[in-house]
Amino acid sequence: MKKTYKIEVDCANCANLMEEAAKKTPGVRNAVVNFMTQKMIVEFEEGRDASAVMQEVRRNCKKVEEDSEIYL
Amino acid sequence: MMNKKQKLLLIRCIVTAVLMIVLHFIPAGGILRFVLYLVPYGIIGYDILRKAWKGIRNRRVFDENFLMAVATIGALVIGLVDNDDYVEAVAVMLFYQIGEFFQSYAVGKSRRNISALMDIRPDYANVEREGRLEQVDPDEVEIGTEIIVRPGEKVPIDGIVTEGSSSLNTSALTGESLPRDIGAGEEIFSGCINMTGVLKIRTTKEFGESTVSKVLDLVENASSRKSRSEDFISKFARIYTPAVCYSALALAFVPPLIGLLLPNASPNWTQWVYRALAFLVASCPCALVISIPLSFFAGIGGASKEGVLVKGSNFLEALSRTGYVVFDKTGTLTQGVFEVTAVHLAEGAPEESRVMELAAYAESASSHPISKSIRSAYGKDIDPDRVAEIREISGGGVVALVDGLEVAAGNAKLMNDLGIPFEKKCELTGTIVHVAIDREYAGHILISDKIKPTSVQAIRSLKASGIKETIMLTGDTRAVAEDVAREIGINRVYAELLPGDKVDKVEELLNGKQKNYKLAFVGDGINDAPVLSRADIGIAMGAMGSDAAIEAADVVLMDDDPMKIVKAIRISRKCLRIVRENTVFAIAVKILALILVALGIANMWIAVFADVGVMIIAVLNAIRALFVRNL
Repeated sequence: MKKTYKIEVDCANCANLMEEAAKKTPGVRNAVVNFMTQKMIVEFEEGRDASAVMQEVRRNCKKVEEDSEIYL
Repeated sequence: MMNKKQKLLLIRCIVTAVLMIVLHFIPAGGILRFVLYLVPYGIIGYDILRKAWKGIRNRRVFDENFLMAVATIGALVIGLVDNDDYVEAVAVMLFYQIGEFFQSYAVGKSRRNISALMDIRPDYANVEREGRLEQVDPDEVEIGTEIIVRPGEKVPIDGIVTEGSSSLNTSALTGESLPRDIGAGEEIFSGCINMTGVLKIRTTKEFGESTVSKVLDLVENASSRKSRSEDFISKFARIYTPAVCYSALALAFVPPLIGLLLPNASPNWTQWVYRALAFLVASCPCALVISIPLSFFAGIGGASKEGVLVKGSNFLEALSRTGYVVFDKTGTLTQGVFEVTAVHLAEGAPEESRVMELAAYAESASSHPISKSIRSAYGKDIDPDRVAEIREISGGGVVALVDGLEVAAGNAKLMNDLGIPFEKKCELTGTIVHVAIDREYAGHILISDKIKPTSVQAIRSLKASGIKETIMLTGDTRAVAEDVAREIGINRVYAELLPGDKVDKVEELLNGKQKNYKLAFVGDGINDAPVLSRADIGIAMGAMGSDAAIEAADVVLMDDDPMKIVKAIRISRKCLRIVRENTVFAIAVKILALILVALGIANMWIAVFADVGVMIIAVLNAIRALFVRNL
């Protein structure tokens, strides 16, 4: 399952850091952050609850870039 | 337009600057002075300090926040113990934040500029229900529904126009600024903007399968794969930042300790600690860390605005190093549409229009592309009463009675079977349809695939921009292939290939090429998905029809103009040139600043100017990668 989320991030490098952080989150198969369109596309592993996983993704992203935001 | 964060940051910068001017005229001294200066320092630097602290707690030390926090806290401490000067610490933080603000503003502005252009997602579709137009979610529209698109609206779903005519603005899809006319019976792609007339469209796809969804998917999914330049920068930062931190530590302690050991020398602690702190400020790698990924994002963004969708920064990088371009012929360099290109009449035959008319009538029942092209060259409607007894001779052609005349149209085999003497040679290459009227040879019609109008120019431009070799692969006959290649100006041709042979050929070319050049394969996506994925860079052309091609390709060109290949390469080169410029410039200035600071020639002010200045210049330079319209 794939879902697109709107995000807010100011610098291109921070976007890359967020992408890495999201990818490392359990339950996430793959994640792509597009800085230009300010979108995060997350592909979840089978049978995972997207909203629960996204809470975790958001927490991990905040760790690497405090100013970032993911609109769930 | 600024966002909330930017506004807050701007206000903090202004408040801090004003406070600094006020404090300049307040004659406080000692600990009071320190406390007073802590106010602007706190206002301007609280988030940096917090991030630095969080960074340490999350074991992500040595980022730019850490550097700034250590340098400014150090400067405050020196002021406290030594010279009562706190201006520097606040000023460094202030300039750093002004740089951040500027960076974020410039990037945000250019990003909005581009995302507005890529905003092709339709919000609704107009569906007629009980005589009234209703706006519904495009996702809910089923295949075969009639939708209405009024002037100024986006076409939400792919379909066929059933009523009305209009001009379409396709620039969001193809980058082409000329409007395209459309009328009833024609296929229409979602993502275009209807400009002049009301159109009624019968949808042929679901929204999720429509062109606009696929394009959005491509655009938003881009840049998931990182380029070598970006890898280099993140590796560089991983080594560089700790290295400067330890160097700064050494600068702070080694010279004073030597001073302690030597007779007649003082350790001069404050001077060396100060230099070490300035060294930290000067060392900040933000310019690189921020501008390199930004260049790629901007390059990919600018390209997609022009109808060139690049799937990742690694492909943009590979594209810039293209040395070999391999083309599939049909549909890429040629239009893939068969057309009558010549009619050669035999002696004593009726005039050309009559021959074409009879041939078109004879071919009127066939759906073969060759028959279609003869009918479309004839151009008039067929009156079925004038033709009778149509017999298709498999592998040969057709024989029919037209206006009471026996008309035979077909290949050499048909003529031989009928025992009609015919002209065996034609000076042009293509598919030949011989025509005989009442057993008398009338001449032949030559049908060939037309070369695209910009193919010649595209090949010439590719060569001019330093592409080493252009190669054409085709399943067509050698004569036709060589003819086309000569006309277009292609160096090497491999003809009569089966689809599987193309992969082998590309393998062979990949093995034979020079190592540091990349091989790009350009195809129209029909039957060449395996080749697209095998080449260093697979470029799919006008691929909106073929899912397999979009999946397999690394670069997707929205329309089928071969000049877009040239454009794609130019865009990639511009982007990579900017990346190199920024890398060299930033590293050179950093090294220079670090040396000057270590020698005591430059102070913390100069250090922060060097840092922020380089970052701003690099960011502005990176944004240039967006502007690719005139390449």
